[in-house]
Amino acid sequence: MRPRAVYIHIPFCTQKCHYCDFTAYVVDGQPVDDYLTALEKEMKMITKEVPPGQIEAIFIGGGTPTVLTPTQMERLLMGIQKHFPEQSPSIEFTIEANPGTTTPELLTVMKKGGINRISFGVQTFRNTLLREIGRIHDNADIKRSVQQARQAGFQNISLDLMFGLPQQTVADMEETLIEAMKLSPDHISCYSLKVEEGTLFHHLQERKELPLPSEEEEFEMYQLVRSFLVQQGYHQYEVSNFAKPGYESTHNLTYWKNESYYGLGTGAHGYVKPTRYMNIKGVKEYIRQIEGEQRPIADQFSERLEEEIENFMMLGLRLLDGISKQTFYERFGFDVDQIFQAEISDLINQGFLYLEGDRISLTEKGLIFGNHVFGTFIGTLDKIEHK
Amino acid sequence: MMDKRKKQAMIRNFSIIAHIDHGKSTLADRILDSTGAIQEREKQEQFLDKMELERERGITIKLQSVRLPYRAKDGQEYILNLIDTPGHVDFAYEVSRSLQACEGALLVVDAAQGVEAQTLANVYLAMENDLEILPVINKIDLPSAEPERVKQEIEDVVGLDASDAVLASAKSGIGIDEILEQVVEMVPPPDGDPDAPLRALIFDSLYDSYKGVIVYMRVVDGTVKKGMKIRMMATDTTFEVTEVGAYTPHPVILDELSVGEVGFIVASIKNVRDTRVGDTITDALNPAKEPLPGYRKVNPMVFCGVYPVDSSDYEDLREALEKLELNDASLSYEAETSTALGFGFRCGFLGLLHMEIIQERIEREFNIPIITTAPSVIYKIFQTDGTVIEIENPTLMPETQKIDHVEEPYVKASIMVPNDFVGTVMELCQNKRGNYVDMKYLDENRVNIVYELPLAEIVYDFFDQLKSSTKGYASFDYELIGYQTSHLVKMDILLNGESVDALSFIVHRDRAYHRGRILVEKLKKLIPRQMFEVPIQAAIGHKIVARETISAIRKNVLAKCYGGDISRKRKLLEKQKEGKKRMKSVGNVEVPQEAFMAVLQIDEN
Repeated sequence: MRPRAVYIHIPFCTQKCHYCDFTAYVVDGQPVDDYLTALEKEMKMITKEVPPGQIEAIFIGGGTPTVLTPTQMERLLMGIQKHFPEQSPSIEFTIEANPGTTTPELLTVMKKGGINRISFGVQTFRNTLLREIGRIHDNADIKRSVQQARQAGFQNISLDLMFGLPQQTVADMEETLIEAMKLSPDHISCYSLKVEEGTLFHHLQERKELPLPSEEEEFEMYQLVRSFLVQQGYHQYEVSNFAKPGYESTHNLTYWKNESYYGLGTGAHGYVKPTRYMNIKGVKEYIRQIEGEQRPIADQFSERLEEEIENFMMLGLRLLDGISKQTFYERFGFDVDQIFQAEISDLINQGFLYLEGDRISLTEKGLIFGNHVFGTFIGTLDKIEHK
Repeated sequence: MMDKRKKQAMIRNFSIIAHIDHGKSTLADRILDSTGAIQEREKQEQFLDKMELERERGITIKLQSVRLPYRAKDGQEYILNLIDTPGHVDFAYEVSRSLQACEGALLVVDAAQGVEAQTLANVYLAMENDLEILPVINKIDLPSAEPERVKQEIEDVVGLDASDAVLASAKSGIGIDEILEQVVEMVPPPDGDPDAPLRALIFDSLYDSYKGVIVYMRVVDGTVKKGMKIRMMATDTTFEVTEVGAYTPHPVILDELSVGEVGFIVASIKNVRDTRVGDTITDALNPAKEPLPGYRKVNPMVFCGVYPVDSSDYEDLREALEKLELNDASLSYEAETSTALGFGFRCGFLGLLHMEIIQERIEREFNIPIITTAPSVIYKIFQTDGTVIEIENPTLMPETQKIDHVEEPYVKASIMVPNDFVGTVMELCQNKRGNYVDMKYLDENRVNIVYELPLAEIVYDFFDQLKSSTKGYASFDYELIGYQTSHLVKMDILLNGESVDALSFIVHRDRAYHRGRILVEKLKKLIPRQMFEVPIQAAIGHKIVARETISAIRKNVLAKCYGGDISRKRKLLEKQKEGKKRMKSVGNVEVPQEAFMAVLQIDEN
């Protein structure tokens, strides 16, 4: 099946955030134009190798894609339109943006270039916390940027929030949610901070200088986010994602449904069935590889059917709707109940999963202990096969 | 006949005594090199330590002997037999037998570190066997080498004349010829009567699936040859020799082995139990009157439960133990059942290191993940009905009302330390319920302290504590001296309200509360939090003596933005799952292996 989703990585930022372990570099002095040239060439190469289906979602992520100048942005968007011309009428075309970086001029270029959804990396509305985590914007930037985006005609705006930040309290989180509501976002992603190696936070944590909230507080924040947003008319459709009806992210759903997507740009991950690949990290290395007419792949492997099935469970169960037995059967030609008979019945008996009609989904307890549920399916099929 | 006597005069049997890391194996390799015993292309670091585990830990478990032809500076051709020795107190008896097979020993001491504890016990064993001891100061090319200081130390601490000590570097090949010349000159040729009935000392044996047991031995009197009927004097079993040979280090078949020679015999022997270390081989048709002195049957002293983590590995575990037992006469096992751990085996070992080695071999060579319970000794329970039972598993202890009294095994422990540590050692022995027996100054610096101690305390953590409290300077040896009455009680551990038999232990009544409390605290740290709250209790009979609670995990779900990086997400889950595999589900609580060993490692200070 031809990929119907595209992820494009813009690895430039004004400044690197203290928790960030994505491929991202401070934009000053970077060969941005050469990068865009290479990126367009990668689009050409990959679509030649695997032609796209009708595209339903495009996601420009980063980094901070909005550090591009209006000219650079225009060029990028034209390239995308050129190489992915066949698009669904209901296409979701998202760009990640940092509050304070979206000038009216840039917004106009974005709109004109086909973008119809902006995901703002808000993280929190509390200025002290924003500084603490190394963000360059403040509360006022957020409000202004969202208003300007609305004025520019963007009707689908998502906010990324974070909980479990150093020194963050449950009250801070509530304040952030209240502030967020004032901007009437259509979609909210709420992620918990995870300290990754190679980040400033990791360094601080090693030195025991990172005052993270307790597990109990973090748990309370998560529960607060869920109940608060549901009360405000959002519906939780995934562990970390909330949407007003009809605004669920098509691009994110591509991941959760374990469907193919192109990954373009340095450090990007792609899944062009059955191959999973990761692109080279490093802007210069990426450009050099493409100039040498090579796909810039650092690592790739062909996913075995067993692995694909396990990933289907691991990802699909993150959705609150769960997985459909029918879809499973149509896709793999097996009954999910048969393949995972013991796992599913155990998880149901222990109260982690429930069955309703065609669907198998997480219970409340299953959501809180999601890793236990997802992990149950990982590595299971190898074992069955060997026996 | 003259021939044999002449040959006998050209034999030199010796072994190497060294502390771990002082370079025993490297020196052995160099000796093999310089006598031309191994070819360049087959050189492999540390030829003698064959098992992977031995090489890794730098210790010898299975003994090896090598026969090396050597042309000395006097122009004569000698036969050197290098007999390897294990280096741990658990195997003290094996060491004593391999030393008994020698007339000399190289005492290898690191030029920078000097004499260390472990060396001493073996040096004293060598002295007991009247061996000629040749000091070798190794690693002299290290920048930190202090050969003169170390020489002085050998004289002061060990009491040996070190003026002729060879300064060597096995790594760089310095001093090797000198060592070999000293062996020829100073180690006496073997005694023994070539015309007397055969007497050969068994110092090790090895099971080979094609040939049966290969017996490593040293001929003391007479001759052994192919076709001969031989009898093991202690086990009283008879076999016909099918092969005689020696390792050079490759096995070479010989016509016979006579007085003073070291080598192996094969005799269709099915079980290593018939070839006990220390036993004497004699001619079945013309037997010797007396066996060689010093034989003693080595019995397991330490017991623990060994269970497969995955109960479907039970049969594989049985096979693994069967195979290990073929090669290890001191390992015993029998099936047992635990309500917490399912089907497994109660295994007996010589000591703690022996136990650890077997556990590691099961996991590595047979690839079976196992859970082991804390080690125990054999207790004698005198019941009120007048019967006596022996238990080696705490769970078998009868109810308190049925017990009249309990006896536990005691050992006589000799501890040698520099006198600075006398106070520390005595305090430790006192803490371990020891009875003071004796104390002697060996010289102005070293003291030998003798205590009677319960074996259970030794098994518990005595050795570790001794090492740490004396900075590794103490050397320690013990022998079983019989049973004594003690006030012992059984302590049960309850997880989530259920008694976990595999965590029960027997403890002196006066220490029970303290140990119970420390153990539950320790278990609280070792048992990961579960999705529900788990109380941990220590109980004597129905009385709870300590309690802790492991709080529940509140949440465990990846709520991070991973972009499209599915593999990473998967790896994270795989890692979490891998961690769980090492755990045993007891009731519905996931308990890691370390928890079952926690009983052993309670630091009471």
